[in-house]
Amino acid sequence: MSAAPLIEVKGLVCGYPGRNPVLRGLDLALRPGQRAGLVGPNGCGKTTLLFAIMGLLQPQAGEIRLFGTTMQGPKDFAEARLRLGFLFQHADDQLFSPTVLDDVAFGPLNQGLSRRDARKRAEETLDLLGLADFAQRTPYRLSGGEQKLVALATILAMRPEVLILDEPTTGLDLATKARIVELLNGLDLAILAVSHEPDFLSQITASLFSLRDGRLRESAVAPHAHVHVHAEGDLPHSHDD
Amino acid sequence: MPGLDTPLSQGRSLVHRLDPRARLLGLVLFSLPVALAGSLRAALLGLVLAALLLALARPPAGLVLRRLAAVNLFTAFLWVFVPLSAPGQALFHLGPLAYTREGAALALLLTLKTNAAFLAVTALVASIAPPELGCALQALGLPEKLCHLLLMTHRYLFVIQREYLRLLTSARARGFAPRTNGHTYRTYAWLLGMLLVKSWDRAERVHQAMLCRGFKGKFYCLADLRYQTADALFLGAALLASAAMILVGRAA
Repeated sequence: MSAAPLIEVKGLVCGYPGRNPVLRGLDLALRPGQRAGLVGPNGCGKTTLLFAIMGLLQPQAGEIRLFGTTMQGPKDFAEARLRLGFLFQHADDQLFSPTVLDDVAFGPLNQGLSRRDARKRAEETLDLLGLADFAQRTPYRLSGGEQKLVALATILAMRPEVLILDEPTTGLDLATKARIVELLNGLDLAILAVSHEPDFLSQITASLFSLRDGRLRESAVAPHAHVHVHAEGDLPHSHDD
Repeated sequence: MPGLDTPLSQGRSLVHRLDPRARLLGLVLFSLPVALAGSLRAALLGLVLAALLLALARPPAGLVLRRLAAVNLFTAFLWVFVPLSAPGQALFHLGPLAYTREGAALALLLTLKTNAAFLAVTALVASIAPPELGCALQALGLPEKLCHLLLMTHRYLFVIQREYLRLLTSARARGFAPRTNGHTYRTYAWLLGMLLVKSWDRAERVHQAMLCRGFKGKFYCLADLRYQTADALFLGAALLASAAMILVGRAA
């Protein structure tokens, strides 16, 4: 058995008021160093699952353990969030500060770093991502790709232990995608990534969960890019179902 | 919705180099005697001092004049209504109404005070970029919630404006041309309603994203606010100016 899971979800039932729950008894475990993709059709509950893990949604039933601790309420989640890096689907929602530097320093400041250390951490992170020139720019005036990279910087600046990515490459051009792949592969972190792009997942993850009917199944086959002759060839799939 | 930029805050003048907190405190020191001034001489002194201060801030003249014109649109109404309603010696008659000397003097006093206060605010507050203003107010001990409100309002005005323009463009792209009819009003109502819903949703997502980065209800300012000699000198000068206005007012 490998090390204890960083994220462990058991019997999760979660949904929105007035509708059937989208997640119906879902189990998930993400171990240290594990890089997993999460696939499934639109509306199947992928984002819901990520929000529940971050404690942004109240599940109806089930257990969420983060870093070995069972989450009992908002306080536990607030602690755990400081160690989880969550990249939102829309970078636009994640960036709210007047300058890029302020935004990247926001997380470290919340973690209790002094202003000087937070600024240093932010500058280092921007450097790492090749964004040093952006420090004084205004986030909402950046292009979509630039915003995505800055959003990634804002969470990496917190030195998270796990990255949770919600469609990190949607709508980006090839060059920006390649840069994100390169960056992620240069990090020694566990990753849980939602994506509709099999090529991207095959480049950054080594295993695959698929969400169907409110539950997860772990694919026996690692995600891989290859040429297909059948109709669903460009969709994420394994050949055992 | 033009004019969301803050061009006056982007300068490198003496005033811009003052600590934003010193500028705010200076404004308080200066504007109290201006607001309370009861004599024309004190108000005139205030106006002259404020004009000097503005000259130090070196804002683009055209912009200041345009804003001055807007402010004085209000004082123009004072010149119409105050002399007609204040009792006193008549300068001339408008039908049954007397335009009084005392009323005109009061209108002049109000005009001087309004312009003095406006010039001082333009020099001292408009020269602070909104994010800095939020930090400075917070550092001066104003309620944090108010400061957050200010910062977030400034940040999201642009976003909401862009969202509104996007909706409007898409309506135009489908042949919408505003007229005076029910269809136009309904369309605008839907547009505004959608804007409200979208803003609400966005606020929730932004808040969630902030929680994910450990937000606990407190903003930390990255800006290094530091009082320097220039700030002490400036506050001393503001105190002197304030005292001078009070003395001139007493002497009159």
